[in-house]
Amino acid sequence: MPRVKVQRKSTSIDMTAMCDVAFLLLTFFILTAKPRTEDPVPVDIPASTTVQPIPDDNMLMLTVGQGKVFFSVDGNDIRKTLLVQMGDKYGIKFTPQQQEKFAGLPIFGVPISKLGGFLDLDAEGRKAFQQEGIPHDTTDNNELSDWIREARRVDVSLHGLALRISIKGDNKEEYPTIKKLIGVLQKQKINKFALITTIKSDPKK
Amino acid sequence: MAELDTSGGGKHKGGKVRSKKASTRVDLTAMVDLAFLLITFFMLTTTLSKPKAMDLTMPDKDEKTKDQLPMAASRSMTLLLGANNKVEWFIGEPGKTQPTTEGYGKDGLRKTLIEKGKEIQQSTGKFMFVLIKPSDKSNYKNIVDTIDEMNITGVQSYAIVDILPAELELLKRDGNY
Repeated sequence: MPRVKVQRKSTSIDMTAMCDVAFLLLTFFILTAKPRTEDPVPVDIPASTTVQPIPDDNMLMLTVGQGKVFFSVDGNDIRKTLLVQMGDKYGIKFTPQQQEKFAGLPIFGVPISKLGGFLDLDAEGRKAFQQEGIPHDTTDNNELSDWIREARRVDVSLHGLALRISIKGDNKEEYPTIKKLIGVLQKQKINKFALITTIKSDPKK
Repeated sequence: MAELDTSGGGKHKGGKVRSKKASTRVDLTAMVDLAFLLITFFMLTTTLSKPKAMDLTMPDKDEKTKDQLPMAASRSMTLLLGANNKVEWFIGEPGKTQPTTEGYGKDGLRKTLIEKGKEIQQSTGKFMFVLIKPSDKSNYKNIVDTIDEMNITGVQSYAIVDILPAELELLKRDGNY
């Protein structure tokens, strides 16, 4: 009678499928990852039950924190043209290097007179630089208003789109600052804009 | 599976000598380890909850608009946003009805809005109109909370307008300014 042999099985598992899955997920996460722009001031945004996500492009965002206003607009081409136009308006010449740097600058909050010096700094220096916010007062000709107006013009001329404007404010920001900002927007006949919020966990009725 | 028999010759029937083939199988364990490490890294660095945009339309400030209709005082509710996360509300014109002080949230403002909205709907047959008047002592969160309550309770029309001096007096009197 032949002996029944117990077949020995290999203990190694086939890793191919697991590897496939892992790399698929990895690719997904790499492609969806968006570099987070760091705010120059800490901004704790309020929560709401709104579920509408912010659009990915064609956005002008005004960040408000500690009474200062910071300006950011999407699109490198828009930023570059915007700087040239603002330079013309205020009679400031920006060098091509400064223009390149500005095109890659996601957010800033310095008066235009100090913008040249700010752009000459390297990344580390810019981080340490105490940005004082873009001047905005209630008069008709304030810098913030000019930035917004020129940005809208540039967007229309380059892409033929109307720029979407949103305000990102800190929870503790006092109303007068927001009121001034809304006043600036309303002077330009911008009556519709968005407030950036995070999602509230429990929207019970 | 694509595994080749590498157990070494010897048991082959016929006793033919075959050249020993090297396995084409690569150990993928290390690669999987690396991949999962990177996945973990990217998962933790990406922001999972994207911020949301709450649309806000302000009333037109242009005085030239002609199609402005007077609003019945009986169906307008005024919210005065004061200091210390307190809100005062009254229906009708300031001074004629006494304001009530309340907090934000589920048991405060939301309850009132739903109740009053129903009452006004029943008595006038039309929807309620809410005027939001933030004072200088209120903060940005209060405004967002208020607008959020509007969206939750389904108030059809609301507007953010400037506060009147008489209404500021009310807030001061009640210690909310």
